[in-house]
This record gives sequence, C-alpha cells and structure tokens, in this order.
Amino acid sequence: MNRREAIAAVAYIMGSTVVGAEVFLSGCQRSSSDETLSFSENTVALLDEVAETILPSTAASPGAKEAHIGSFIKTMVTDCYEEKDQKIFAAGLDKLQEVSKEKFKDNFQKLSAGNKHALLVNLDNEAKSYQKSKKEDEPNHYFTMLKQLTLLGYFTSELGATQALNYLPVPGRFEGCIPYKKGDKAWAM
Amino acid sequence: MNMAVQAINSNTKGVAQNTYDAIVIGSGISGGWAAKELCDKGLKTLVLERGRNVEHNKDYPTATKDLWEFPHRGNMTRQFLKDNPLISKAAGFGEDTAHFFIKDKDHPYVQEKPFDWIRGYQVGGKSLTWGRACQRWSNFEFTAPARYGYGLDWPIRYEDVAPWYSHVEKFAGVCGNKDGIEAMPDGEFLPPFDLNCVETHVQKSIKQHFPDRHLVQARWAHITKPTETHLQLGRGKCQARNLCMRGCPYGAYFSSVSATLPWAARTGNLTMRPFSVVHSIIFDEQKNKAIGVRVIDAQTKATTDYFARIIFLNASALNSNLVLLNSTSQRFPNGLGNDSGLLGKYIAFHNYRANVRGEIPGFEDKYYFGRNPTEPIIANYRNLHQQDTDYLGGFTTFMGAHRTRGATANLTEEIGAAYKDALSLPGGWRVYMYMQGETIPKESNHVRLSKTEKDQWGIPLLVTSVAYDDNDEKMIKDFLAQSTAMLEKAGCTNIQQHDSKQAPGLDIHEMGGVRMGHDPKTSLLNKYNQLHYCQNVFVTDGACMTSTGNQSPSILYMALTARAVNHAAEEMKKGNL
Repeated sequence: MNRREAIAAVAYIMGSTVVGAEVFLSGCQRSSSDETLSFSENTVALLDEVAETILPSTAASPGAKEAHIGSFIKTMVTDCYEEKDQKIFAAGLDKLQEVSKEKFKDNFQKLSAGNKHALLVNLDNEAKSYQKSKKEDEPNHYFTMLKQLTLLGYFTSELGATQALNYLPVPGRFEGCIPYKKGDKAWAM
Repeated sequence: MNMAVQAINSNTKGVAQNTYDAIVIGSGISGGWAAKELCDKGLKTLVLERGRNVEHNKDYPTATKDLWEFPHRGNMTRQFLKDNPLISKAAGFGEDTAHFFIKDKDHPYVQEKPFDWIRGYQVGGKSLTWGRACQRWSNFEFTAPARYGYGLDWPIRYEDVAPWYSHVEKFAGVCGNKDGIEAMPDGEFLPPFDLNCVETHVQKSIKQHFPDRHLVQARWAHITKPTETHLQLGRGKCQARNLCMRGCPYGAYFSSVSATLPWAARTGNLTMRPFSVVHSIIFDEQKNKAIGVRVIDAQTKATTDYFARIIFLNASALNSNLVLLNSTSQRFPNGLGNDSGLLGKYIAFHNYRANVRGEIPGFEDKYYFGRNPTEPIIANYRNLHQQDTDYLGGFTTFMGAHRTRGATANLTEEIGAAYKDALSLPGGWRVYMYMQGETIPKESNHVRLSKTEKDQWGIPLLVTSVAYDDNDEKMIKDFLAQSTAMLEKAGCTNIQQHDSKQAPGLDIHEMGGVRMGHDPKTSLLNKYNQLHYCQNVFVTDGACMTSTGNQSPSILYMALTARAVNHAAEEMKKGNL
C-alpha cells in the first residue's frame, strides 16, 4: 500500500460519507512557496466553535472544542497545505463570517447553538454539491477542507480516539470474526 | 575518488588489524543473514553499513507513540514533501516512519527514465520497513523463463532451495497455513492470522466459482507463537498493533535488527561498522581473486581498506550493481566479474500498479478484534502449466476486507450530535485486491554508472534506465478484469478499478543486474551466487535474480544467502577459497 492509499484509508475508515481524502493528497503536496498563513487566537477560537458545531459534546463523548481541534487545524493548514489551499481556506473563514452576519446579524461565535448548526448544515450541503459538480483540477470547497480536518483531528485526538471510539493501543491478539453488538463503538485506528 | 588511502596497505600490522575471515557489504535483510550464517560457522565477520547504527528497541523512537503524539497525525509537512518528493512516496512512509528512510538530497541518482528508487540507509536497512510477505517460490517460477522462452534458465530449482527456505523460516518466524498449493509451496509455519468474516466469505466464493484459484491466510514474517530460538533473542508474540514499520518493541516481525544481527553478535565473531560507504571491491591480479573492500567513512570521508578471504555483497539490488560496476581493475575494466558485459543489465521489478475495491453488503453483525498486520493471498493462477494468456509471467494477488467507520447512511444532516455519534459506530464492509506482477527482465532495462556525476563521497552516481512494457500493460488489464470478476461473484457492489501508473521502483522490489545462470557468457553468478570469474565474491541480494517471479522476494534472498554461506564455508574448508 503506498502513501496515497494509506492516507485515503484514513478517510475511508472515517466513513463512506466523508469526502475529501483528496484534500490531504493535494493539500499536503509540495508547494511553490514557503509563505504560510498566520492564524490569530481569534481564528483558532472560531475554528474551535465551527469544529464543536460539527462534532459537539454529547452524552457519549466530549466535543471537538475540548479536543483542541482549532489549534490542530491551525497546525495542519500552516504546515501541510500549499499556498493556494491556504488562501482558499483563509478566504473561506471570512466568507463564513459574512454568511453569519448576513443571515443572523452577528459573528459565528456569538450565534445560538441552533443557528450555528443551521448555518453549517447549509454550508455542508453547499460544499457537497460543489464537490460533486466540480472538475478534478478545480479547487476544493473551503468547508470540505474544514470539515475533513475536523474529523481527522478529532478522531485521531486522545479524547476522540479513546472516548468517541474504542481504542486499544496493544490489542495483544487478533480475532478475525467476532460478533458485533449494535451500538458498540468502532475501533480507533 | 580521494586517493588518500590510509597507509594500511603498506603496513602489515594495519592489514592484520583490518583483516577478517569474511566481509559482508550491507546489513539489510540478506546482509543480516550473511552475517548470522558466517558468524555461526565461526568466521570472524565484518559487516559494513553505509548508514547509522540502529539497535533493537533503543533506536525505535516512535514505536510506542499514540497517533495524537504526532503533530500532523502521520502526515508530512509541505516543506518536507517539497524537499523529498521521491522518498515520501514510499509505501508506509509517514511522520512515524520517516527516520527509517533516506532524504532525497543526500543520495542522488540519475533517472534516465522515471524510476522511484526507495532506500533506507541504516543498520537493518529496509528489513525495518519491508512488507513481510513470505511465500515460497514454486518450480513454476524457477522454470517459467526457460519454458516460455522469455529469459534465462535459473541454475537452480525449488528442490535446491527448499531446505534453506525451511532453515530461514524457522529462525525468522513465518506464520501461515499449510494449504497444499502447487503454485505456492508450504513452509515451516507458525500459526496463521485469522481471516476475518468477509475474507472467509470471499475465500469460499472464489473456491466455488474459480476452482483453480486459492485464497489463503497470510504467510508473513510475524511470530504468532515464539519458539525457544525466538525467546532466546528476546523476541515475542505479535501484539496485533500493526505498527510494524516503526520498529517492533516485541521483536515480533523479523528484521536484521531484532534477529540476525543480535544473533551474529552473540557468537563473538561479528564486527559492525556503520557509516561505511563501500567504494569498491579490491581485486588482486596476482592472486586472481578479491582481497578486500575499499570503504569511505560516511562522516569523515577517510578511505580505509578492509581485507577478507570471502566477500558477501548485500548492498541491495541496485547498490550491489553499483559496487561491482565501480570495482574496476586491469583484469576487470568494466566492473568486477563482468567479462560478459551484462553487469547492470536485465533489471526488473514487480508491478504493483493495479488494484480493485468494492463494497460488500451485509455482515453488519460481525467485527474483528485487534489490528491484523498481514493480508490474505491469492496464489498466482496464470501461466502455470502452460501459457494461457496473451502475456508472459504471473501475478500474486493480495487482498483484504475491513469494516469502515461511520453509520451515517440514514442521516439527513451531516453536522451535529447525531452525525458525531454515527461516526463513532462501525459502517459497511469494503474489500480490495492489489497485484504483485512479474515483469520480464530485458537487456535494455539497465543501470550503469554516470560518467560525469558523483556523490558526496566521490563515487559515480547510478543511472537508472528501466521502464514498463506492453507485457505489463496486458497483465494489468487481465488482473483488473479477473479481480473484478472475483469481487462480483462474491457479491461486491460499487467495484472500482484503479491503475496508479506509478513509476517502476516504487514497488521496492527491484531485482537483477547480476543474474544467476549456468553459463558465464549469459550470467554473472553461478548456482551458488558466486561470481563466475571471481569466486570468492558472493552476491545474494535482489541483484542475483534471474527472473522476478510473482512471489515476494525477501524470503528467497534469505534462503539463497544461507545456502551460499554454507557453500562458501565448505569451499573454504576444502581450501578452494
């Protein structure tokens, strides 16, 4: 299995409905420039709020904010994205705030949980239909990037892997075929 | 090169200090075996390794890290990828394993045609990062090139290698099931890894619909039930973490670092010399044999000669070609042992370009426990007793099934609490198959030394001129069609075919250039891996391969190495070497 496949497998295990494995493939490719994006504390806080809206705290497990997904996304976009994707990402965050102000007359962070949710459901649908119709060499939708990073970051974080999933660092043995009881959590990587 | 050779050549004491019974060039999978077997025979053995030292456990910096301890969760940074476009393509390369691979700029070569040469320069070489599949070759593979006229006849048959396969399997620890398949002979196996429920289903379906095709449990270099020999080395049972390429803290998968080299060291006969870039093998015109090895210290660049009665060249396939090509003398102006002019020619590799993937409905009430570090195998079913396709050679198929994550199928919104909880549950099952195809050795596929460019040690760069051909394209088509048919019969849906179009080399199964054969006019090595024209030099890594077969090569290199050492020791006793 080559690296591309290995990375694709991460997305693959994250569920068939999650698009954007290709974001990592294109996002982490070589860049023609070393310029990087700067993330303010405020941006990280916004990312935490968006991520928490995508993956909120529930009775079953803590949310994305508690897993510090905002700062994970900052690291990934800064270190791994190439410049053109960084620009799309940064412009996307501005757009998200514009939509928030337009629809709900306030910054995303200040919206009610219900309005945050409604806004992101719309954005998610918009991003999905964009991804479906775009040509291969056209850029990815910023929200697809944001969502994919949120999922990757959360389910590979300590909180996500050990509480949202079933994580065994040292299984000790392999059993090929065991019964699955409905409701049991999936294995972490 | 820098001719400031240390004064040991004219100094008997220096010569004595630098003299061993045997020298092994390289400490990877075959070099480690050469070291073990030579030391077991009581021969004082020097192992030269161009990279740094790596000790079991002590030098596995990521082996016990959790995923969240890697800042990019396994991905490399943009800057690293920009600086290392080549090596970062390697299978299993990532934030957790990068320390076992070279950096591109340190080790340049010339790609006359695209060829991704993947290297890991450290004690243990690529035995730390190999795939670990360990099927035996069958006689179909040893005889196919001669039977179908696409290459040179091997000077050996399965029967010559079988006892040596047993010898190395028992020491290395290979799991698997005895399946009685003619195209993939049984070995000395430890208990196999289970198939999962979907893999068992696919196995049954293939048996029913394609009676001449056999899907079997993995034959892989993992200890599933340690023997006394394994325990003596502190090697234990596989813990099913599937993080092998970081270095296994349990010594459960086989590597030079966990097994052969520590075993060799225990004999008291081993001297390891890391940071030793081999310049050439020194040939003595009067004695008409090789007398030693010229080494450039990787760090100080100082040159030192080491001497021995026999030399094992295990530098990895292409580097062994390089060393021989660079070992020139009046007797051998074109490279050591190269009277035929064929040194560096007939380079071949394995074709990994194609895979198929599909979904398989059902099995929602089934799961697995632990992380399987192996993959089931479909033995080659092409061109066995006769040529039954429009191409030559065959292919092994590796396959697997796993359960995805995310029970999101019925959600209308993919944001929020319900989505997150659904992502915490297992999803549907998927199945994949990928090929490991034989390629045909051709004279035009070759490596040679650059006439103009040198590396940082003054050694000429290697030029690679290796490409796919029409035979490979036909095999890919057949693999895709047959694998799709097997997945369809098993009930898979949404089957997708994929051809990665990757360059040769990325398979990391490069072979040939110093091939074995009966006739010195058409081969470089005899049936015991000795250079026909310089019989105290043995080449037992991938460079010796006459054809590529379709099975994974590493276990064959191990067996050929142990066999060659045994022969060398006997010949030394008889005074022939």
